[in-house]
Amino acid sequence: MYDMKALYEATSVDDAVALRIAHPEAQIIAGGSDVLVQMREGRRAGAELISIQKLDELRGVKMEEDGTIRIGSLTSFSHITKDPIIQKHLLVLGEAVDQVGGPQIRNIGTIGGNTCNGVTSADSASTLFALDAIIELTGPNGVRRLPIQEFYIKAGKVDIREGEIQTGILIPKESYENCCGHYVKYAMRNAMDIATLGTSVNVRLSVDKKTVERARVAFGVAGPIPMRAATAENLAAGKPISMELAEAFGKAVREDINPRDSWRAAKDFRLHIAVESAKRAFIESVKLAGGDL
Amino acid sequence: MSKSVGKSIPRVDAFEKATGRAKYVDDLCGRDALIIKVCRSTIAHGYVKSIDTKEAEAICGVVKVLTCFDVPDIPFPTAGHPWSTDPSHQDIADRKLLNQHVRYYGDDVAVVIAENEIAAVQGVRALKVEYEELPFVLDVQEAMKPDAPLIHDERGDSNIVAHTSINNGNYEEARKEPGLIKVEGWYDTPTVQHCHIENHGCYAYEEAGRVVVVSSTQIPHIVRRCTAQALGRPWGDVRIIKPYVGGGFGNKQDALYEPLCAWCSTKVGGRLVHYECTREETFVCNRVRHAIRTHIISYVRPNGELVARKFEAFSNQGAYASHGHGIVAKGMGAFPQLYPCPNVECDAYTVYTNRPVAGAMRAYGIPQAMFAGESHIDDICKAIGMEPLEYRRKYLMPVGYVDNFSKNEMYYDSFNQCLDKGMKAIDYERKLKEYQNQTGPIRRGVGVAVFWYNSGVWPISLESSSCRMVLNQDGSLQFQLGETEIGQGGDTAFSQMVADAVGVPVEDVHVVSTQDTDVCPFGTGAYASRQSYIASFSIKQTGQALKERILEIAHEQTRMPVSSLDLVDGKIIRTTDGRVLKTLGELATESLYSLEHSQHITAEKTTQIKSNAYTFGCTFAEVEVDIPMCKVKLLNMVNVHDCGTLINPALAEAQVHGGMSMAIGYGLSEELKFDEKTGRPLNNNLLDYKLSTMMDHPHLKSAFVENPEPTSPYGVKGLGEPPAASGAPAIRNAIFQATGVAIDRCPMTPHVLYKEFKAAGLIED
Repeated sequence: MYDMKALYEATSVDDAVALRIAHPEAQIIAGGSDVLVQMREGRRAGAELISIQKLDELRGVKMEEDGTIRIGSLTSFSHITKDPIIQKHLLVLGEAVDQVGGPQIRNIGTIGGNTCNGVTSADSASTLFALDAIIELTGPNGVRRLPIQEFYIKAGKVDIREGEIQTGILIPKESYENCCGHYVKYAMRNAMDIATLGTSVNVRLSVDKKTVERARVAFGVAGPIPMRAATAENLAAGKPISMELAEAFGKAVREDINPRDSWRAAKDFRLHIAVESAKRAFIESVKLAGGDL
Repeated sequence: MSKSVGKSIPRVDAFEKATGRAKYVDDLCGRDALIIKVCRSTIAHGYVKSIDTKEAEAICGVVKVLTCFDVPDIPFPTAGHPWSTDPSHQDIADRKLLNQHVRYYGDDVAVVIAENEIAAVQGVRALKVEYEELPFVLDVQEAMKPDAPLIHDERGDSNIVAHTSINNGNYEEARKEPGLIKVEGWYDTPTVQHCHIENHGCYAYEEAGRVVVVSSTQIPHIVRRCTAQALGRPWGDVRIIKPYVGGGFGNKQDALYEPLCAWCSTKVGGRLVHYECTREETFVCNRVRHAIRTHIISYVRPNGELVARKFEAFSNQGAYASHGHGIVAKGMGAFPQLYPCPNVECDAYTVYTNRPVAGAMRAYGIPQAMFAGESHIDDICKAIGMEPLEYRRKYLMPVGYVDNFSKNEMYYDSFNQCLDKGMKAIDYERKLKEYQNQTGPIRRGVGVAVFWYNSGVWPISLESSSCRMVLNQDGSLQFQLGETEIGQGGDTAFSQMVADAVGVPVEDVHVVSTQDTDVCPFGTGAYASRQSYIASFSIKQTGQALKERILEIAHEQTRMPVSSLDLVDGKIIRTTDGRVLKTLGELATESLYSLEHSQHITAEKTTQIKSNAYTFGCTFAEVEVDIPMCKVKLLNMVNVHDCGTLINPALAEAQVHGGMSMAIGYGLSEELKFDEKTGRPLNNNLLDYKLSTMMDHPHLKSAFVENPEPTSPYGVKGLGEPPAASGAPAIRNAIFQATGVAIDRCPMTPHVLYKEFKAAGLIED
């Protein structure tokens, strides 16, 4: 039994926006894999809920005319992993979200919920950061788009304004074209776990596959919100690929990240794992892109 | 050759459980039950000064609020031990139904009884509890210090629950021998929880002036006694019913919330009340495994011979005594036996702390003792340069060894036979050689550990079993035992033995799975790897008695002498020519409906068992250690057991797989953690408590050496707990071989490996 005050079921995006305005205190619920857990724990006991679960228009992955990949916010993790567009162009994202929880959670959990939750450990978030994803919100004044880096404000807080719901996540063509990436989920077990550290790297190599044109790396749980490591990215850009570069790339992430000490893991341990994970994800990405390492 | 024993027949409850038709406590409870929720202390140690219940009582749906100021002033014991009529052997009575003196973060302070769960939860949230806080202590050795906060001031001036010793020979003199090599280690094991699928729950109501409790328990007859003691009522006033149980692993070998639930019913006019623990409560407010810190010193000759050994173990009891000293005492008892040594000095301490209550958990002190002892053996091997398997073959308990206390005897060469099978299964010799002197970030290793165990609790405590068999008109029969099915498959193994003992097909044997203390013969329940061994005696005797009754009736009906009759496969046979005279069904129908001499055909026997049986085995583990990532991948794991004759090989294998899985979590990932500043549990949920998943398991291999146990009518001995005993030290020793780093604590998590590898210079930052 859940201690809930009311449940409003939206019938369309417009209806959801109207419900948001009518019930500003209400919590949006999609798959429920976070919200219901929090209610059971008493954190949202007695809450009003607005369910967007039935908004099929927010489900699915599409390629837009300019090559932007649009992922509807209600698309489940297992859907993303199996989607042909994702498999062809964004394999790294499909693999990252395939490491969320277990099969049942991946069937109900949505990428919109994963990002709106605002937690640093979300398995989709570091890869979306590394892909310079754009978050699309729909509200009373229409559609608003902003880079994912700006969407995350602080731990547990994202930029969703009055009357808004998140309707899509957009990946620009620039972010995936000729790119290959790899995600390393570092956790205490191989399933049903929260990331101790999430590391997502993607690279674009020169035509001859000898040089790194562009490398991007983002982390989850290396700070209060997901973050990029610019020093490492700048270090790798334009450099010939080598194991030494991979080592240096890994070590450079220490300049940018700021994991904390908690009972879940010590700061020095997380830093150590971040260096090793970045190195390994870089090597794997280069290999996937056809580089010889 | 038996037609039922030794066969991998399907579980007798397989269909019910696989289709979801089997009924557990929550399925059986009436939907009109009032719901109980417990208000729990938010401090680790102190006194409840007051509880303001007004706001809670005003909530719509709240029926009653009861607090620690309302309970009877009766301290009661909870341990699932047979009662002792000798007061000096009785379990410690150190808790009340609700406690004013709270002793751990989560202690039971008050209850809200409401018409539904939400009102009960809201009621608990609305209670205002005022505390007087006291200093608390979480560490076992800190709690032994004279200035430590006193947790049970009513029990004297120390937190030490018990201290016992073993002294053989003269340790101090013997260690002076010149040329001895000293090996010393401190080994730490964690607080872990059983994590059975079904959380403990129970419901209670009054009927005809008595209180009935239906509970998810392993030990209905013991819970009856504990509940009556807690309520201060005659034992016959309490009736306990145990339906199917979704696992227990020892957690439900304690009176958990049956006494509180029964008392709540009496406070609302005998109405049906239901209490079910949440997973968070199961972790903290039931029982946990004792965290034990063990100190071992061995003085060995250069050839490895043990000359003098010292063993000290410090067992973290938590807030209440529960099973208390029995756990660490068992581990200490194994120490001088497993590797006999003439001069041994052992001390074991059980100490109250402000942690959750430690009780029984699968293998009862032996996983802790084996982690310490078997890790230490590999430390000795390293010190003297001997191969670990060779050391074990040379110095383990020899054939013919007899323990003077239990009279247990090593009848066979069980250890060598188990080690032979295990090493072949994992290809030990080749891998050992291949994995020497590795360099590089990823290294592999193989390790081995053995275990020692018993079957049942004799002679420390009572062992008895009672069985009842009732024949039906068609020749099928029901049987009842006090031994309980809790998921392990006991009902199936018992059915197979019953079929054999009586002489009927196993399909004609119906187990009465539910134990109802009003109906079921007395028996103490599921624990101590006792049930197949102990029940084998009463089943055999009752089966024989029933068969004798049947053959007497067959004599009446056929006029053949009993000496020429037998019951085979449900048929009355004339043994002289093998002719089938009639079926058992024909005999039973005629007997029951006879107008001359009608008889209801039953038998019932109690057997007291004054023997015990050693049960032995080993684990081999192969690991791949990713040093920079501080991760261990378990590549292979093999358990080999000599548990005597297998009653049902498929069920035995399943039992072993489950135990190995527990050992993997124990070795690599599971630990209940507490905030040092407040004593608050940090990870009492299945996300943050790292129970290992299928994805963390290699293919689990099991093998058996079937040396028939001479004291058992079916040659069987304990297998319930031993599969969990030796896995963790085998993994530890494999990591040791792979990396040269001896990890002296489990779980061996990446956090631990990071520190150890850094200290050993294997990783640098």
